[in-house]
Amino acid sequence: MLDLSLRHGFEDFTLEAAFTAPAGVTALFGHSGSGKTTIVNALAGLLRPDAGRIVLGDRVLFDSQARVFMPPHKRRIGYVFQDARLFPHLTVRQNLLYGRRFAARGGAGADMGRIVELLGIGALMERRPGALSGGEKQRVAMGRAILSDPELLLMDEPLAALDGARKGEILTYLERLRDETALPILYVSHSVAEVTRLATTLVLIEAGHVMRSGPVEAIMADPDAVPALGLREAGALLTARLAAHDADGLSRLDSEGGALWLPHVEGPIGAALRLRILAQDVMLAVERPQGISALNVLPARVLEVRQGAGPGALVQLAVGEARLLARVTGRSAKALELGPGREVYAVIKAVSVARDSIGEGR
Amino acid sequence: MTEYLSPQEWQAVSLSLQVALWATLLSLPLGILVAHALARWQFPGKSLLNGVVHLPLILPPVVTGYLLLIGFGRRGPIGALLEEYCGLVLAFRWTGAVLAAAIMAFPLMVRAIRLAIEAVDPKLEAAAATLGANRLRVFATITLPLILPGILAGAVLGFAKAMGEFGATITFVSNIPGQTQTLPSAVYAFLQVPGGEGQAMRLVIVAIAISMGALLLSEWLARVVARRIGAKEG
Repeated sequence: MLDLSLRHGFEDFTLEAAFTAPAGVTALFGHSGSGKTTIVNALAGLLRPDAGRIVLGDRVLFDSQARVFMPPHKRRIGYVFQDARLFPHLTVRQNLLYGRRFAARGGAGADMGRIVELLGIGALMERRPGALSGGEKQRVAMGRAILSDPELLLMDEPLAALDGARKGEILTYLERLRDETALPILYVSHSVAEVTRLATTLVLIEAGHVMRSGPVEAIMADPDAVPALGLREAGALLTARLAAHDADGLSRLDSEGGALWLPHVEGPIGAALRLRILAQDVMLAVERPQGISALNVLPARVLEVRQGAGPGALVQLAVGEARLLARVTGRSAKALELGPGREVYAVIKAVSVARDSIGEGR
Repeated sequence: MTEYLSPQEWQAVSLSLQVALWATLLSLPLGILVAHALARWQFPGKSLLNGVVHLPLILPPVVTGYLLLIGFGRRGPIGALLEEYCGLVLAFRWTGAVLAAAIMAFPLMVRAIRLAIEAVDPKLEAAAATLGANRLRVFATITLPLILPGILAGAVLGFAKAMGEFGATITFVSNIPGQTQTLPSAVYAFLQVPGGEGQAMRLVIVAIAISMGALLLSEWLARVVARRIGAKEG
């Protein structure tokens, strides 16, 4: 558990942020220049904020009032930088072992063999960083941070410097890391896709301030959070269970809001999935639509309608216990008399699987 | 080699090698420290330190030698203390030649090492700190290995300068054959006597050979080190 509150003045803006990161993956989301990197550098001890307090577990890392500033090498925070920062004069193996020699003696620590296998870097051990690809470097950097036996793993846009294919590859490793180690992770990103795939908790940063923080499902379904996330990326998350693989190639998923059919989804029956439904992929109807090609229609109740600055409006819906967001025009919202309490049908045009395994009690 | 050089010439060559080696070895640790301070630390008086370090480079060597004589001579404030408490006499001794050579070589050495330190990405040092290494360990395990080529270059430059140092040396420790007569002083002395050109020429050839040898050795070492630290891989 991480408890952080900081204030730090720059020439052109002031960062003033406070949030709590429970176990699991906490994503720090914000656009470039919103102050994310300042926050993580302060957390790692690479920057001394003007004021604030940072507590990790039962250790006070920084407290401006009590004049406590723990130097970076004592903080036990594994930092995975955007630019891997491997040591060029050391082999991959020596890089991986670098932090280990300073790690607390007697601590069990992570098992090197397991981490190497988890990250798929066994074949690279004797190479030097200069001979590695971007994705390989980033995996080694993650391994190095984990093996330093940290109490928290800090990742500052670890995928930003990689191309699409490499991103997917590393995300898979990150998911494994999240599910197979108990290490809490603070993940900095400005990609909604990464956040929805990895995070359990979301902290939205805007212009140096925390705009929202809480469970990722709640924030993704919050119309207020949409401007920060970007209209195109806005969309709620649903948890569903893989129920059946039908003969015609579709898979049935049972969500809190009802059954959904998707083109074949890999995985064993009973597997828990996280689905992402973009607000722009949800249409609303006041009666159950007849003669429509869309397969996925869920009964829903309007919770809130929020008229945007332009012609669009965002509608928050309750489907069972879960929340959905729909983006409609203001004209339609008026014509359908949408308002709190109105019973509607949500026609879902597209669903993507944001995460293929959410087990392990998260 | 003794067959080709007269005893006096041989003494001058070996004394020069001795002086240059000691001057390089003794000033290297301090050179690394000062270069690191100038490259990485912020402290009051930084530009003053920078100026003092570079002073021997811009002052006439004779002036440096004279200042050394005033300060480190047997009746000079530092020289007297050294003699009283350490039994160390510098003026008109080969040890004084080491000091003069070291001071003259120091700015060149510091410049080369400072450039190497500035080329090390501070982000790597920050990364090492987050992995649990304190400042000293960061320096020993990251900075130092990465600046080895620069240290080598600085050492060779310093060695060459120390070998060739003349003005400050002759002012501070004079030109006593067998005691303080280094190779350049010997060349100068031979050129002062009629018929000494042959002797001077032999020493000139030795000087060229030693300098070229040192240069080639340092280039080879730098290549080996660069390969070992992976700087050449891409």
